Amino acid sequence: MIPFSWRFIRVWQRNRDVFFRLWHSEAPGFIAEPILILVAMGLGLGAYVGLVDGQRYIEFIAPGIIAAYAMFSASFECTYGTFFRMEYQKTFDAIIATPLSVEDVIAGEIFWGATRSLMTGTVILVIAAAFQLVHSPWALLIPAVCFLEGIMFASIAILFTSIAPAIYSFNYYFTLFITPMFFFSGVFFPLASFPQIVQTLSWIIPLTPVVHLTRALVSGELHLGLLWALGLIIVITLVFFSLSLVTMRRRLAI
Amino acid sequence: MAIIKTKDLTKWFKDVLAVDDVNLEIEEGECFGLLGPNGAGKTTLIRMITAVSPPTKGKIWVQGKDLKDCHREAKAMMGVIPQLDNLDPDLTVFQNLMTFARYFNIPKNEARRRSVELLSLFKLEDKRNSRIRELSGGMRRRLLLARGMINTPRILILDEPTLGLDPQAKYLVWHKMTELNAQGVTRILCTHNMEEATVLCDRVAIMHEGRILDLDAPHALISRYAGSEVWEIEVNAEGKDKIIQELESRGLDFDDGGNELYIFHLTSDESLIDLVSHAEKLKHRPATLEDVFFRLTGRSLVE
Repeated sequence: MIPFSWRFIRVWQRNRDVFFRLWHSEAPGFIAEPILILVAMGLGLGAYVGLVDGQRYIEFIAPGIIAAYAMFSASFECTYGTFFRMEYQKTFDAIIATPLSVEDVIAGEIFWGATRSLMTGTVILVIAAAFQLVHSPWALLIPAVCFLEGIMFASIAILFTSIAPAIYSFNYYFTLFITPMFFFSGVFFPLASFPQIVQTLSWIIPLTPVVHLTRALVSGELHLGLLWALGLIIVITLVFFSLSLVTMRRRLAI
Repeated sequence: MAIIKTKDLTKWFKDVLAVDDVNLEIEEGECFGLLGPNGAGKTTLIRMITAVSPPTKGKIWVQGKDLKDCHREAKAMMGVIPQLDNLDPDLTVFQNLMTFARYFNIPKNEARRRSVELLSLFKLEDKRNSRIRELSGGMRRRLLLARGMINTPRILILDEPTLGLDPQAKYLVWHKMTELNAQGVTRILCTHNMEEATVLCDRVAIMHEGRILDLDAPHALISRYAGSEVWEIEVNAEGKDKIIQELESRGLDFDDGGNELYIFHLTSDESLIDLVSHAEKLKHRPATLEDVFFRLTGRSLVE
């Protein structure tokens, strides 16, 4: 029972065409910023940080940066981007007058958001490899993880977008949800350094399992706990994906 | 056979009744006009017929099939020209058409052929690679029309297609609409432009407060509600009541328009001439659809 059809690809293609027409207007930011963070935190702050197992700090944060910026890509695309297309450009109104349904449009938006995550994650992975921070061929799976992660964050973002009254509402989304996740999901500090309560909480925020996965794939230290992480991502994705189709139908098909 | 049929079609927005029990049969190949003041429910009715908005109650059939079971199929043969500009500003003029063709699954070569043809039809060849924001209002509207015809629709739905167009562009659109008549394309036209409705439509429905008040050929509506000519008496405050009394006693059909009285269903002015003192002007003109519109929906602002 899939509630959308293959026609979602038409929306994905539309967004792809626009992105490659205008890529120079936003792509550099999404590549320059993670490199900046990697260098500043990894080399600058890293000089003062000693990790228990003697790992270099820049090595520790690289897989987290991949996961975090893949999250940002899908989140921006499916909040500001989607809202802009929906409310200001009325693009969706035009599309649902063609054989596409609301569900096709939203699935197209989500898969496009996930594609942005895939692109961002892959570019940072290549840069990290150039810095010699990648030590395992398992890292080749990271783009796939970023895509799955992208579907998850795009779905959560779309759900919020479907109830957002104005574009300013996204300030809440980023300051209260996305930014805390950036700091409390093990990107910059091992979760073990937080008090127990924060550790527990960090396991229910969706970026944490992704960081676990990317970190393991970069180092090649695989363990069974990763299946839990993967399972958690899949469950969260399914729930938010389905919900977002319902709430978007409510907003658009009135 | 009716290409579109509705039964008891009703739409509530929370506690506002937008469309109230509408029963319609739109014949294949006709140009069907939908006339009514703002807020009459025309756009909501159109949104339900085009499978974009689900009815609260009632049913819609397109080519005999329940729209609920064939919304993709139905939308594939409809062309919708919306009132509000929803062209894709991230794309060029040509890309707008190509991208829209892709939503209909039209193969690339065919899409390119049709896009070129439509651009020339609507005199937009020179704007092929322009951005949408570089187009004038009239050009945008023409592009909306071109876009709505990219799938060579069997049913074309036009919501105020000539709003804001200069006379040249308006006649271009009217001309195209008449051509579509020969091709047997069914057209549903929402408009405030009475002249447009009279010229283009085979039948016109007058809609008000969610209901269809009457439905017929434009000339039939005109002769039913106004006759062939309308007499207008310009009145001043003192004389008005007396004239109204007199009109009533003579059993004439008239409307009070404030400073003017309109008298309908008269063949000559013999019965009026003695009424009008030298201070009050009397003139007559052919009856139009506008008279029908005012008689059915009232003269005051609805909103």
